[in-house]
Amino acid sequence: MKKISGGEILVRSLKKEGVEVIFGYPGGAVLPIYDALHDAEIRHILMRHEQAAAHAADGYARATGRPGVCMATSGPGATNLVTGIATAFMDSSPVVAITGQVPTAMIGRDSFQEADITGITLPITKHNYLVKDVRELARTVREAFYIATTGRPGPVLIDIPRDVSGGKAAYTDPGPVDLPGYKPVLDPDDAAVLAAAQLIAGARRPVIYAGGGVVISGAHEELRQLAELIMSPVTTTLMGIGGFPGNHPLSLGMLGMHGTRYANYAVCECDVLIAIGARFDDRVTGKVESFAPEAKIVHIDIDKAEFAKNVRVDVAVRGDVRRVLKRLLAVLKGAAHPAWLEKVDTWKKEYPLEFGENGLKPQFIIRELDRVTQGKARITTEVGQNQMWAAQFFTFTRPRSFISSGGLGTMGFGFPAALGVQVACPDETVFDIAGDGSIQMNIQELATAVSNDLPVNVAIMDNGFLGMVRQWQELFYKRRYSHTELYGPDFVKVAEAYGAEGIRVTEPVGVSAALEQAIASPKPVFIDFIIEREENVMPMVPPGESIDKMLG
Amino acid sequence: MVRHTLAVLVENNPGVLARVAGLFGRRGFNIESLAVGQTENPAVSRMTIVVEGDQRVLEQVVKQLRKLVEVLKVQDVTKEEHVDRELVLIKVNAEPAKRAEIIQIVEIFRAHIVDIGRKNLIVEVTGDEGKVNALENALKPFGIRELVRTGKVAMLRGAKEITASEGNSQEERSFPFER
Repeated sequence: MKKISGGEILVRSLKKEGVEVIFGYPGGAVLPIYDALHDAEIRHILMRHEQAAAHAADGYARATGRPGVCMATSGPGATNLVTGIATAFMDSSPVVAITGQVPTAMIGRDSFQEADITGITLPITKHNYLVKDVRELARTVREAFYIATTGRPGPVLIDIPRDVSGGKAAYTDPGPVDLPGYKPVLDPDDAAVLAAAQLIAGARRPVIYAGGGVVISGAHEELRQLAELIMSPVTTTLMGIGGFPGNHPLSLGMLGMHGTRYANYAVCECDVLIAIGARFDDRVTGKVESFAPEAKIVHIDIDKAEFAKNVRVDVAVRGDVRRVLKRLLAVLKGAAHPAWLEKVDTWKKEYPLEFGENGLKPQFIIRELDRVTQGKARITTEVGQNQMWAAQFFTFTRPRSFISSGGLGTMGFGFPAALGVQVACPDETVFDIAGDGSIQMNIQELATAVSNDLPVNVAIMDNGFLGMVRQWQELFYKRRYSHTELYGPDFVKVAEAYGAEGIRVTEPVGVSAALEQAIASPKPVFIDFIIEREENVMPMVPPGESIDKMLG
Repeated sequence: MVRHTLAVLVENNPGVLARVAGLFGRRGFNIESLAVGQTENPAVSRMTIVVEGDQRVLEQVVKQLRKLVEVLKVQDVTKEEHVDRELVLIKVNAEPAKRAEIIQIVEIFRAHIVDIGRKNLIVEVTGDEGKVNALENALKPFGIRELVRTGKVAMLRGAKEITASEGNSQEERSFPFER
């Protein structure tokens, strides 16, 4: 059989996995791979920073549910991927990262651009590989994609020394994967389903607490059916946004530190809490001892290690969320809790999400974005106030339409992730809701956007502060604004310098016109919204407090 | 704080020890001893890990271990009927005048003398923790120059086995937790 290079084997293997696009950045140790990519039928998006390549692959993965692929050279290229890989790991996103490595004979000699990237990424990958033999390459790629996309998804890294990608071997299809130590369990145990059903059937004040697992497993429809069948209000985590329609009468919006008052009150008073594909993060539970104090807890998750990790549960059901919900729907009967729902509705009326009228308010901008796009845009966010306002004030009705770094909280995620989303969804309107701090962390990707005709829009909530940190300083550090006042460039001119479009908005009257102009433009657009400088994200649970003790 | 002995079957690949040991470190677990070697199947290695720590955290570590792709099986043998042994070499001061006394102690413990120097002896002992500690204490008055332990290895008694063939399925059932 004809021998081909490791680079060519890699490209063939990627095509077999259905890969259409790679977000990458070349360098010395990946030259054989880039040589093979030169005339391959795989699109390569040349980013301007490896970190952005990882975030773009992640954004692509989150928008589609398909694995996102990023690539970098050895040493600094590989270490620049690390933040992106950790981001994907915390939010269970199927990213496959391919790195070059120095030739096998040079490993361990502190060679030029050598870094032990499999060692470095050990705690932030689902699994990783150092390929030492070109004949192992095809099988490794098959396994990597299998591991990244099955069970609880997560990033997998493949480190390929230059003599392996430059070596030669015949390509043979590696066949199906058989990993004795990795057998994801998708179907739930019958007894566990019945025990869960029994608890749910006895509920008088149920609340469903839905997380990112609902979106990942594609269980949004089953979740809606379950909520309507048992007439239970639904609150979602940040990662669960879009997993349940935000405009549904049973929707409570987000819970936790910046959740709605009514969601937090409902959780505190419920008698059965049904946690679905969620992991009881500290930003959700607040003070663990007083989280859902009166409730029996049903926990549905594909990852057994999540059960009883932070909160004791009464019934744990292990399996793919969608399959578990289908089974529950088959055994549960309809229920009604008019008094409970009435109470919840009273809270909703009494404590709506609000904001003041004076000046240019970020909440108003996001409501306008929702209105102008009829809720149909794909939204990515950075991290901080911009992220929380986006989660609170845009009404998400579809899964995979809200893409945000939840677990790791990575500033600089939103813009490159938006590029990945735009690549995956070329006909859709994509907005990155940003802050003036976060956008400066990956602003160089304007060049990627312009040169690849990716017309993403960035709505910068520009307050001249690292707003969320400033908010904490205001509330808990006596307004001592230590190093949070931020000088930024003229974002309009920056956008124009890169060949993109820039718009500045200083008054509420200009908001909708600017949004419409951005959506209509074939270019990437930065909109610099000069917002009220000291606007806060409210309500807010002070750190370490019980979630019903909210400020604002 | 409870002490646990874990039997961990892993694929015999480079780097797998780092993956397993790293998990303990990240969760703040100090590994008291770790013994590793090939099993009857050369593709599979078996680790015996002794750790001490909070029960809830240990449960989490075991679950995280099971998620590692190269880990085939994890079992906490502490609660089961099992045999555990470790081998210890002790270099002890032994002036000619003291030798008879030392040899007597060694015989009582059914240990062995495996090397004789001009001023010292090397004693080899195999046994459970109690026996090893007792011998160590008995030899202390003579002056212990050096001591090395293999770390504990453990095996279930009777017909019960810990093998890779059944995978993790045995422990993988969902079960309810008491609140």
